[in-house]
Amino acid sequence: MTDRRIGVYVCSCGGNISDYVDVARVRDVVEHEPGVAAARTHMFTCSDASQQEIIEDIRNESLDGLVVASCSPKLHLFTFRAMADRAGLNRYQYVQVNLREQCSWAHRDDTALATEKAIRLVRAGIAKARLTEPLATMRIETTPKVLVIGAGVAGLRAALALSELGLSVFIVERSSDVGGWTRRWGKMFPHQQQGSDIVAALSARVRHRENITLFTNAEVVEKSGSVGKFTLQIRVDGFHTIPLVVGAIIVATGFDVYRPSPGEFGYGQDGVMTLAEFKELVDRSPEDLSRGGRGIKDIVYIYCVGSRQSGGGDDAHSYCSRYCCATAVHTAICAREVSCGLGPAKDCIGFHQFHLFRDMRTYGKHEIPYEDACRKGCVFMKYGDDDPPKVDRVDGRLRVRVNDQYLGGEEVEIDADLVVLVTGMVPRENAALVDVLKLPVGVDGFFNEIHPKLRPVETVVDGELIAGTAQGPKTLPESVASGLSAAAKAAALLKKGYVDLEPFIAEVDTSRCVWCGECLDACPYGAVEKTSVQGKEVARILPSLCKGAGACIPVCPENAIEIAGYTDAQVEVMIDALVREVVVEEVAVPVT
Amino acid sequence: MSASADAGGGGDPKILVFSTNNISDPGVDLAGGSHMHYSASVVVLPVPCSSGIKPSWILHALEAGFDGVFIAADGSDCAYLADCTTRTGQVVQKAQALLKRHQQDPRRLRMAAICSVCAESFVSHMEGFREALTEIGSG
Repeated sequence: MTDRRIGVYVCSCGGNISDYVDVARVRDVVEHEPGVAAARTHMFTCSDASQQEIIEDIRNESLDGLVVASCSPKLHLFTFRAMADRAGLNRYQYVQVNLREQCSWAHRDDTALATEKAIRLVRAGIAKARLTEPLATMRIETTPKVLVIGAGVAGLRAALALSELGLSVFIVERSSDVGGWTRRWGKMFPHQQQGSDIVAALSARVRHRENITLFTNAEVVEKSGSVGKFTLQIRVDGFHTIPLVVGAIIVATGFDVYRPSPGEFGYGQDGVMTLAEFKELVDRSPEDLSRGGRGIKDIVYIYCVGSRQSGGGDDAHSYCSRYCCATAVHTAICAREVSCGLGPAKDCIGFHQFHLFRDMRTYGKHEIPYEDACRKGCVFMKYGDDDPPKVDRVDGRLRVRVNDQYLGGEEVEIDADLVVLVTGMVPRENAALVDVLKLPVGVDGFFNEIHPKLRPVETVVDGELIAGTAQGPKTLPESVASGLSAAAKAAALLKKGYVDLEPFIAEVDTSRCVWCGECLDACPYGAVEKTSVQGKEVARILPSLCKGAGACIPVCPENAIEIAGYTDAQVEVMIDALVREVVVEEVAVPVT
Repeated sequence: MSASADAGGGGDPKILVFSTNNISDPGVDLAGGSHMHYSASVVVLPVPCSSGIKPSWILHALEAGFDGVFIAADGSDCAYLADCTTRTGQVVQKAQALLKRHQQDPRRLRMAAICSVCAESFVSHMEGFREALTEIGSG
C-alpha cells in the first residue's frame, strides 16, 4: 500500500487522443491504482481552465504526485512543471505520459488495443509518481559576462549582440587578427561585398564597444567552475596569463578547409588547386585571369573533393559541407567577370568553365547564381558516386576525363589550364581546447550540439554554447544566424541573474562504493572525484559538472550509482506496470 | 469473465523499447506524428542516454514478461558522448551475458541507433523484431 496522493489527468487533445483511445475508460481503470486520489479527463489538459482545475485539485486534495497523460513531453513538460510550481507541488513529482505521439497516433486502427496500451502507459506513470521525491534544482548566481572563443564573423557578431544587450564580452582569438577565413576573401554572395570589408566593418564596431575586450594571439588554457561562474586562464602572446570570470562561453572557433592528399585528383601538380586557393587567385586578379604569366582560359571544377566520402575509414568525411557548391558557382561567375567582364556569353569567346559535380546543392538563394552561371556559359556535367573524374597530364597540359551521366555515361576529355578541387570544410584542430572545455565532439569532428534542430547551439555542458562552423559546415549568413542564436541563449541565461540546474544527476551509495575508479574513467566531464567517508575511499559526484547521462552507471561493479529520476526502483516498477495484464472487460469498447 | 489481454498488440510479442530523451524518443514521436503504424504491444521507456542503461533492467523486463527489449540508441548523434555507440554496445554485451546466465535467450535483446528523424527506421526495426520474436516463440 501507499500513502501517496496522486492526481491523474488524461487528455483528449481535442480528439487527437480520444478518437483512438477511450480516455474515459482509461480514467475509470487507473483511478483504482494504489495512491490515486483524483482522476479526470480533459478536452485539453494544457488549457488555462484545465490547469486551474488541476491546481485546485492539488490544493484541495493535498496531492503529492501528478501524472499528466497527454502529448509528448517535448511539447508541454515545462508547461506542467510551471503549473506544479504555481500549485505548490514540487515540479519533479509530476510525471508526463506520452499518450498521443506514442499511442493514439500510432495505433489508430484498433481502439481496444490503443486503449489497453494507454492504460499500461498511465499505470507506469503512476508507478513512477509513487516513487518520486521532492527534488531541488541547484540555483547558481550568474556573472553577467561572456567569453567568446574565436573572432571570426560568427564570434564577432555574437559579441556585438551580447554587448548591445548590456553584457560584458571577452573575445579570445588564437591568431593575430580578427575575421577568420572571411577576412581573406573577396566578393561574396549575395550582396557582392568584399569579405575583408565585412570584417573591417564588424571589427570597427567591436573596437568602439566599451564592454567588449578583444585578446588576439590568445588562447584559453584552463577552465574551472560551471555555468554562471566559469573561472578561466587566458594565455596571451604565449607567455602572460590573464584570469577571467564569466557566466557563459560561446565557442566559435571556425573550420579548416579540406586539404587533398598529394595526387588526389592530381593535387600537387602545377595547375591543380583547391577552391580556397582559386578564390584567392580570382580575388587578387583585377583584370584577366592568369597564372605564372599564362592566361587561364579553360577551367575544370571537380566537386565533392573530400566531402560525402564513404568507406574511407576513420578519416573519411561523410558529410556534405553545404557551402562548396554555392561558393564554386559564385567564384566561377567572378572568374568570368575578371576574364570577360559582365557581358553576355558571346562576349566571352575562348573562356570555358566545366563543372563536374555529383549533386548540385545550390539551395535557397544560391539557385540564382547557379542559373546565372548556366546562362553565362558554364557547362555542368554529372559524374557518378563511384565514378569520379580522372586528372592526368598529357603533353604538358592537364587533361580531365569524366563519364558524363547527362550523356548516358559517355566519356568526355577536357584539356584544362586549371583544375579546381571544390573542397569542403573540416573541423579545426582544437584538441587542447576540447580538453580544457570538456566539450563533446561528434563523430564528424565538429563540436556536438544537443539536438541539430531543436537545440542547435546548446551543448550538454550547461553554459557552453557553440556557434558558426565550429558546430558544422555553414555558409556565412548561416554562421551569423548561429552566432546570434548563441548570443540570445547566453543572454537569456545571464540576464536573469541566476540559473537553475536540473536535479537529474548521479548519486553514489557510499555504503556500496569501494572506489574502483571505473566511474571516474567513464565520465568525460570530470564530474567524479575520490573522497573519503569515515575513513573509506568512495566516489563523489560534483553536481554542477554531472550531466546525468548515466555512463557511469552500468560500469559500476557494485551497483552503487543511480541517476535521480531513473533509479532502479523507479525503472523496475515502470517495467512491471507496462507489462502487467489488462483485463479485457476493463478495455472493452462499448458498442454504440 | 476476466480473460487477460496481456499480449497487448492482439497477440504480438511484447516489446519494451528504451529510448533516449534527446535523440531516439523524438524519432519515436515522429513515427506517431507521421501516423506510421507499429504494434500496440510496443511500449517505450525513455532514459537520458543509451550508454546509461543497466543490464539488470533488461533482465528484469524479460523476467517480468516482456518478450523482447530493444535499445533505441543515440548512436553517433549522442550529445553526451562521442563514443556512445561503443559504450552502448558494451552494455548490450554485458546484458547478453547476464541473460545467458539466467537462461534467457540473448536474441531477445536488440540494439540499433535511432536518430531524431528516424521514424521509418524505428517502425521497420519494430516490425523486424516482432517477426524475430514470433519465430523465437514464448519458450
